[in-house]
Amino acid sequence: MATMTEPPSEVFRLSQLIYDTRYRSMTIQVVAFILIMSGLFYLGSNVAQNYERGFDFGFLGNRAGYDINQRLIEYTNDSTHGRAAIVGILNTLLVAVLGCITATIIGVLMGILRLSNNWIVAKLASAYVEGFRNVPLLLWILVIGAIMTEAMPQPRDFRGDDAEASMILGESVAFTNRGIYIPNVLFTRSLSGNEVDTETDAAIATASFADWAVILVVLVAGIVGSVIIGRRAQDIQDRTGVRPPGTFWQRLGVIVVPTAIVMLVLGATLDFPELRGFNFSGGIHLRNALIALWFALALYTGAFIAEIVRAGIMSVSKGQTEASYALGLRPSWTMNLVILPQALRVIIPPLISQFLNLTKNSSLAIAVGYMDVRATLGGITVNQTGRELEGIMLLGLFYLITSLTISGAMNIYNSSVKLKER
Amino acid sequence: MSDMNANRAFVRSDMLPEQAPPALETGVVKWLRENLFSSWINTILTLVSFALIYWVAQIIVPWAVFGIWDAGSLTECRAIRDELYGVSDGHGGGVACWAVIAERWPQIIFGFYPSDLYWRPILAFALFWVAITPVLFEGAPRQLLVVTVAFPFVAVALLWGNVGGPIAVALGFALGWAIYKFATPAIGQLAGTIATIVVPILYWILLSGYIGDGLSAILPGLEPVGSSRFGGFLLALVIGISCIVLSLPIGIMLALARQSDLFIINKSAVVFIEVFRGVPMIVWLFSASLLLGYFLPEGMDPDDLVRVIILITLFSAAYIAEVIRGGLAALPRGQYEGADSLGLDYWQSMRLIILPQALKISIPGIVSTFIGLFKDTTLVVFIGLLDPLKGLSDAIRATTEWNGIYWELFIFSGAIFFIFCFGMSQYSQYLERKLATDRR
Repeated sequence: MATMTEPPSEVFRLSQLIYDTRYRSMTIQVVAFILIMSGLFYLGSNVAQNYERGFDFGFLGNRAGYDINQRLIEYTNDSTHGRAAIVGILNTLLVAVLGCITATIIGVLMGILRLSNNWIVAKLASAYVEGFRNVPLLLWILVIGAIMTEAMPQPRDFRGDDAEASMILGESVAFTNRGIYIPNVLFTRSLSGNEVDTETDAAIATASFADWAVILVVLVAGIVGSVIIGRRAQDIQDRTGVRPPGTFWQRLGVIVVPTAIVMLVLGATLDFPELRGFNFSGGIHLRNALIALWFALALYTGAFIAEIVRAGIMSVSKGQTEASYALGLRPSWTMNLVILPQALRVIIPPLISQFLNLTKNSSLAIAVGYMDVRATLGGITVNQTGRELEGIMLLGLFYLITSLTISGAMNIYNSSVKLKER
Repeated sequence: MSDMNANRAFVRSDMLPEQAPPALETGVVKWLRENLFSSWINTILTLVSFALIYWVAQIIVPWAVFGIWDAGSLTECRAIRDELYGVSDGHGGGVACWAVIAERWPQIIFGFYPSDLYWRPILAFALFWVAITPVLFEGAPRQLLVVTVAFPFVAVALLWGNVGGPIAVALGFALGWAIYKFATPAIGQLAGTIATIVVPILYWILLSGYIGDGLSAILPGLEPVGSSRFGGFLLALVIGISCIVLSLPIGIMLALARQSDLFIINKSAVVFIEVFRGVPMIVWLFSASLLLGYFLPEGMDPDDLVRVIILITLFSAAYIAEVIRGGLAALPRGQYEGADSLGLDYWQSMRLIILPQALKISIPGIVSTFIGLFKDTTLVVFIGLLDPLKGLSDAIRATTEWNGIYWELFIFSGAIFFIFCFGMSQYSQYLERKLATDRR
């Protein structure tokens, strides 16, 4: 019989908390937890002491009492602070969406041009990228704002037979120092009813939320239909090797035709801006603040996107192109089936984080007085109600939720296009 | 048979001299054909580009070149212009009035810093270059590192004219070092490490204020200058440099925390990083100026510049943490395992194996974060500090002499920003090439 030795008795010593790796991580976490909690408690107790008014979000229901010149939904100075915040949020999202679209177009174009084998074009694109990336965004907002207010003609310059300034694109667009006037789409048979001109007995064109909602629904349905047709055609092609003829036209038609019919039924007309008195009326008035912010954001972010696009295209090795040519694929197929799918995997994640940056940078609206959420909720509302803590906290929360949503969507996309390693 | 060929008259017996290549395939012509006119679409692009360049140049070049450098005000500028070039703006919309730069450039650079004390920021800036030379370039003499260590304290003393404060703060570091060096062998590793961290912090909280005041009273002082007089590029550089220096170590710590297996540490780092990255800088700046007071005990009221530096440091630390985390994640798993199998503890493996490689990979990202930070220093204008782009150009425009001047100021400040940021990005490319040891 082998002699059994007693296992060494496990006596717990205090020093094990630090020197025994089994307990050490626990110790560190407990210490960190206590430190963080006491730090937060310290800050919280300071706030409780200094912010005597106490937390109260009731001010959001009070009358705002200030006007917002740029708004997407109905708002008067009798509306509540909460509604003012929503107007601001919509304005932020408006300039962010406009900016993202424009920045993508500029960025993709410049990224490709920078890779051009045409020397002068490549150099110009490089000058654009380096110039915009290395100077603060604030400068571009100020410069474009100054161009709009200082270098554009006044509305009265458009007056008279030998006017100093004239409208462009067939008398439909006017660049003035008060902003740009562009034609608007209005409906003579609007869903929410038209007022009737008493003299001519004709309906006065108008536009309502319902009209645009219907058009949007039809458009989205058309796009879904187009995708379905495309899938079906791909399916047939995969099975038989022959793509059904006219697929492209079917896909285009299912988007365009129903939308056009709805527009006709609603009696869509263009409302051109006109010079009346000392100013233009009619059409859509894009204010200088919006223009300056929009184009500065688009040009600035476009420079970063150009670099991302260039890096993405260069990341696909030349062997891929050559292999695809060796297989006998046409250049256009090579681009669509071989190069782009690989380049997009590299391009899309940083592209989306640029969109995120653009959205956050839109808070520079303050430089030109565009009424974004920072200006309404985090600006005038805070100043009028004196609720700094609540106002800025809500503002931060809005931006935080926006970023987390976008980056969450990006993570899902990333995992779906990740290289499948086996 | 072989000599038959030799007698044939049409077989050449000697080499022809080399001909010049065709004119289309040499020199300038070849370059032009290949780079500018290789196809009809390229030809069109080239012509459009030249037209664009000409169109921009014919507006800007005469405006800039014929600019007026010597005038006391914008009105005077316009009078000189009318006298020189005729009243009806002969040069396509007038000429530049560079006189505003000639007269006001010290203000754009230094803000409202007292003009007889300009030598102090200039000296601090010169010392800054001496201090970062050993960090940036390997060839520099190592002795310069002494300047690097002393620079933060010297710079604070020079810029604010506060001699005692920095010395008192530096004493805290000396205290920590002394404890680590002499007390640790006596009281053991663990107690020594804790004391090294805790004692200086207690000293800074409790004592250093009094010691600083005392030293200032005793030592021959410099004339104090308040933060409110800082402006222009001086302000941008003070904020930029201090935030860059402070945010790098915090960012590294955050990145390590986010990579850590310890649940609480990991989650706290994630929350901190996501909150700071998810909210725009302007909102943080407003928090700094409006809200920071509520979070601090009563009576503690840091001035605006300090608030801004604290917030921007935390903000950019969160960004740097993400960049470095990318570098940490990109390292092959074998590096971590190799470090472990050598028997190194966590800090040793980080310091000797992991971080040197991870930081090397992250350099481009770190530098572009720094460029972004430096550009973002202009946003401090919105909480009332005088940044070079808007704060000072508004201040200059608010005077009667220069009311209505825009482009000259924008071009001047924009050019300086461009030089700094472009320089930084070029340096990062140089560093990338130098450190690309695995590509040879």
